[in-house]
Amino acid sequence: MNAAPASLRDEFPLLAATPELHYLDSAATAQIHRLALDAVVRHETTRRANVSRGTYRLAEAADLAYEQARQTAARFLNATSTDEVIFTSGATASLNLVAHAFGGTLKAGDRVVISVAEHHSNFVPWQMLRERTGIELALIPVTAAGQLDLARLPELIDSKCRLVAVTQCSNVTGAWTDVATLVTAARKVGAKVLLDGAQGAQHGPQDVRALGIDFYAFSGHKCFGPGGVGMLWGRGELLAAMPPFLTGGGMIGEVTPQATTWAAPPQRFEAGTPPIAQAVGLAAALEWMMSLDWPQIHAREARLCELMIEGLQRIPGLRLLGPEAQEARAPIVSFEIPGLHPHDICQVLDAHQLALRGGHHCAQPLLAALGAEVCTRASIALYNDEADIAALLDGLGFVLRELA
Amino acid sequence: MNDSSALYQEAIKQFAQAAHGHGRLEAADGEARLDNPLCGDRVRMQVAFASGRITAVAHETKGCLLCRAAASVIGARAVGQDEAAIESVATALESMLKNKAPVPAGWPELSMFEPARAYPSRHRCVLLPFRALLAALTESRR
Repeated sequence: MNAAPASLRDEFPLLAATPELHYLDSAATAQIHRLALDAVVRHETTRRANVSRGTYRLAEAADLAYEQARQTAARFLNATSTDEVIFTSGATASLNLVAHAFGGTLKAGDRVVISVAEHHSNFVPWQMLRERTGIELALIPVTAAGQLDLARLPELIDSKCRLVAVTQCSNVTGAWTDVATLVTAARKVGAKVLLDGAQGAQHGPQDVRALGIDFYAFSGHKCFGPGGVGMLWGRGELLAAMPPFLTGGGMIGEVTPQATTWAAPPQRFEAGTPPIAQAVGLAAALEWMMSLDWPQIHAREARLCELMIEGLQRIPGLRLLGPEAQEARAPIVSFEIPGLHPHDICQVLDAHQLALRGGHHCAQPLLAALGAEVCTRASIALYNDEADIAALLDGLGFVLRELA
Repeated sequence: MNDSSALYQEAIKQFAQAAHGHGRLEAADGEARLDNPLCGDRVRMQVAFASGRITAVAHETKGCLLCRAAASVIGARAVGQDEAAIESVATALESMLKNKAPVPAGWPELSMFEPARAYPSRHRCVLLPFRALLAALTESRR
């Protein structure tokens, strides 16, 4: 049972309309599920109004839809309360929110620990915080396989450490982070833990309480939902102690000519009109995700990943990045072929109906640590099947013939 | 289905392979390093300049075939040109790619990039070495 049921691929309008397409770039953007698209259209055509402002029935309906979306997201994350669930424009905005708002509670000399494996969106905000406030920024190195080198934790996570902010799963190597070990180390010194779930959330509902973390960020467009919406989950007591990031309408308690007080979370962190229809669409996608048999999906994704890796390893000189053990990686596979640039590889693959991404994948420190500058990435999602893998391996044959 | 073989024609591969002008100058009057942050292409271009004309050019290019071929064309053709001519060909090349304008006058080999018109995301790959050369020329005047 390795082929994606045709009906599953057919649930994604773009894939249904382009049966010839082999989409292997879901780590960048997953295709939108029909239910999510329908929810956006239904909302925009029947309940479109601003939220938290109007008293007319249409506005009440918009309010209800938006808050129901928040409830769905809270269930997807197993959050204790909807007050801990903040809609943002995406994972990048969520991470910047924490860097500014939680970062605003830090002082010079406090340490934030990130890793070399971070996407730039969980790297640059902390460098900026270091410039603003004088925090110390420390990096967990990676092993040759791109996994966080947790042997270094004792020297990095000590009494100066206030926050550990790391990826749940590398967008380049697919390497899963050993969250439990990090959380244990952080708890020993009272540090908080932020998990960048941009890649992780696509592979199933999360349990932020079981993970034992303090913040979780992810994007809607990588979870089969619309673009322009994402989530930040944060522990209630932490959010309550944090100043706002963006300011403006909707996030205030009271504004006087002299001063302003803040609304309670989550509204404190949702300045301006939020992405309402996108949140409703995302909720539909998350609801759909919660209805799936994830152990079966994981087994199928892993099998496809294994097939892909077996095929790639037959290409002379090809270098795979990332961990060898299947269970250590999400179905994200990056590779280098000596003498061939990823842009050229992807261009030829495109001619064979294959959509892959080449470049530095917004993870230049990780690539440098792995001795690469750029690489080609194929990422598998639940709608991929064996035909996609076969097409990729055939396509790479064309690449070698055409570009050599 | 589109056909990438039209893009990756033999001339591009040969220019990229030849890497005309690859290396470094012992004494450069101007130098610039430009990156394409989207893909990681990087061109370091050096020029020597005398009596208003380029007397030597050298580049170190890490990038795709299109970027390397364009840098190689510069390595083969830039010596003897003045800054106005380089500006003119860079503008004409951009227009060839974006507006279907003719191949830049006097640089017939740039016709090998005509198929790249269909791939807007690749225009930058072709133009990056020319932009690096212009930046190096600007630097040489400082």
